Amino acid sequence: MSLLMAILIGFLYAVSIYLLLRRSIVKLVIGILFLSYATNLMLFFTGGLTETSPAFAEPISTSELATASDPLPQALILTALVIGFGVAAFSMVLIYRFYKESGTVDLDELSEIEKS
Amino acid sequence: MLFLPILIPLISIVLLIAFRSRLKYQQGLSIVSVIAQLFAAVAILLRLSGNGHLVAQAGGWPAPFGITFVADYTSVILLLAVSLVAIGSVIYSIGFVDFDRQKNGLFLLYQGLLAGVNGALLTGDIFNLYVWFEVMVISSFVLITLGSEKLQLRASVKYLVMNLIGSMLFVAAIGLLYSQLGTLNMADIANKMRLQPVPPLVNSAIMLFFIAFGIKAAVFPFFFWLPASYPTPPIAITAFFGATLTKVGVYVMLRFYSLFAQLDVTFWQPVIFTVAALTMIFGVLMAASSYDIRKILSFHIVSQIGYILMGIGLFSVVGLAGAILFIVHNMFSKTATFMAGGLMYLYKGSYDLKKLGWIYKTKPLLAFLFLIPALSLAGIPPTPGFFGKFLLLYAGFDGAHWTITIVALIVSILTLFSMVKIWNEAMWKPEKNSVGLVVKKVKPAAWTGTIIVVTLTLLLGLTIGYTYDYFAEAARQLLDPSLYIKAVLPEQP
Repeated sequence: MSLLMAILIGFLYAVSIYLLLRRSIVKLVIGILFLSYATNLMLFFTGGLTETSPAFAEPISTSELATASDPLPQALILTALVIGFGVAAFSMVLIYRFYKESGTVDLDELSEIEKS
Repeated sequence: MLFLPILIPLISIVLLIAFRSRLKYQQGLSIVSVIAQLFAAVAILLRLSGNGHLVAQAGGWPAPFGITFVADYTSVILLLAVSLVAIGSVIYSIGFVDFDRQKNGLFLLYQGLLAGVNGALLTGDIFNLYVWFEVMVISSFVLITLGSEKLQLRASVKYLVMNLIGSMLFVAAIGLLYSQLGTLNMADIANKMRLQPVPPLVNSAIMLFFIAFGIKAAVFPFFFWLPASYPTPPIAITAFFGATLTKVGVYVMLRFYSLFAQLDVTFWQPVIFTVAALTMIFGVLMAASSYDIRKILSFHIVSQIGYILMGIGLFSVVGLAGAILFIVHNMFSKTATFMAGGLMYLYKGSYDLKKLGWIYKTKPLLAFLFLIPALSLAGIPPTPGFFGKFLLLYAGFDGAHWTITIVALIVSILTLFSMVKIWNEAMWKPEKNSVGLVVKKVKPAAWTGTIIVVTLTLLLGLTIGYTYDYFAEAARQLLDPSLYIKAVLPEQP
């Protein structure tokens, strides 16, 4: 399970870096989104969430509490998600304005226009 | 007490929203707010003189569980410096920035930025540090795009992407660290790292922290976003950025080096020295080849970060005192040079050195206002830049770190060269096709702001005999992190 998750997180990072290196700024923004997904997922699994330790437990007995996974990373990603959401909204508005002002979403094309 | 520097800007934001349509009230309120922050910082400093650390637990939860706020001499000195620069910056912006930008939330965003900066300086919890960094960075995103000119939008894409990558690496590092040590409290992490053998993944986390804050502080090889984006917004905003954003990044490096990385000095010292030397050299060489005042000064921000890193790497009382003095000196001098450059632009209508000229003849006071911080950046006595560099070089020779110290000396000469270049081109050179002054009268607020920050620069240099004790005390605290750990976690062994 944890190996599978590690591969998935690594794959998400790879996707995001591939997208970040593209010329189009639309792909750039999607790359940022993937970067934050990969990071949040990683943060999520630092709490030791596996099939034997549930995400939360009703405080009936101490033995059950002991098997539950650490709840703090869940609280952390909640914060990170909200911040990521705000930043994603801002960057989308930014690329929209960018497109409106310059008429292109291609960064290379833009520098060629500026040179000429 | 410790929450005041964070609460004041947050309350000001609410009030500024309430007075959205009245610009005069907004301006007045912003000035009152930054002065109140100055008083709060002074009050914390006075409380500090007794025991050295001031600790507050948010919500009353005890230390490793709740969010802790800690003030020591380093953070309070920077808190004080930020609020002093903020006073100058707000007043300068009233005179410099156009009314459209002022009405569209300039002052509100300044307060947001200040809330983030003050929070990042005071917090003792790494996840909370991330939150304050985001508060700061998001305010700066909006500030850098405010006005939506084409160049601004283009530059802000780079700024946004680099800063977000930095933030994400930071969060990833927090996750790794938490999975290994099970705590987020900075003192608790430092304590656990000292009590037990450090798991290997913790070292990866610290390396990720170094890269994340390297991006935020614009060190080699992550500095390219800074000169690309800083020159685009109105120079009043750039001046404020120069005093806050990168400096907080480098402050966190200082703090983390003291708490976590100094356990492994044999690995970190060469890394820090290499990065510091390359940052200095690249920054100053690129500054030497530019002809736009804003670009030259932006590249110098990068170059000066290298000196601060050098102080961190030296890690002795004199070296660290020099690094902290250098951060403060940089806040004042850099902001003042940017402001003086802005005044030149207002009078002459250009930032291009080739088009400027004869400012010494037409506006001698402005030339003088530029001269003081420029000499400070180059390191000529009696300006604070001289003392900062002197301390760093002294500590460098004292610790027999020859390479980095000699690099610092050479870079210092090149800095003098580019300051002299601005002086020769803008002040003394006869104008080609004499346009005279584009504008006859500039709003007094812009002059007042510049004069405030230049005076601060001069005062820091002249009073160094008294203030050095504080810098040395701050350095002593950083050298012995067990004091920090004991202040936050009194029950720990």
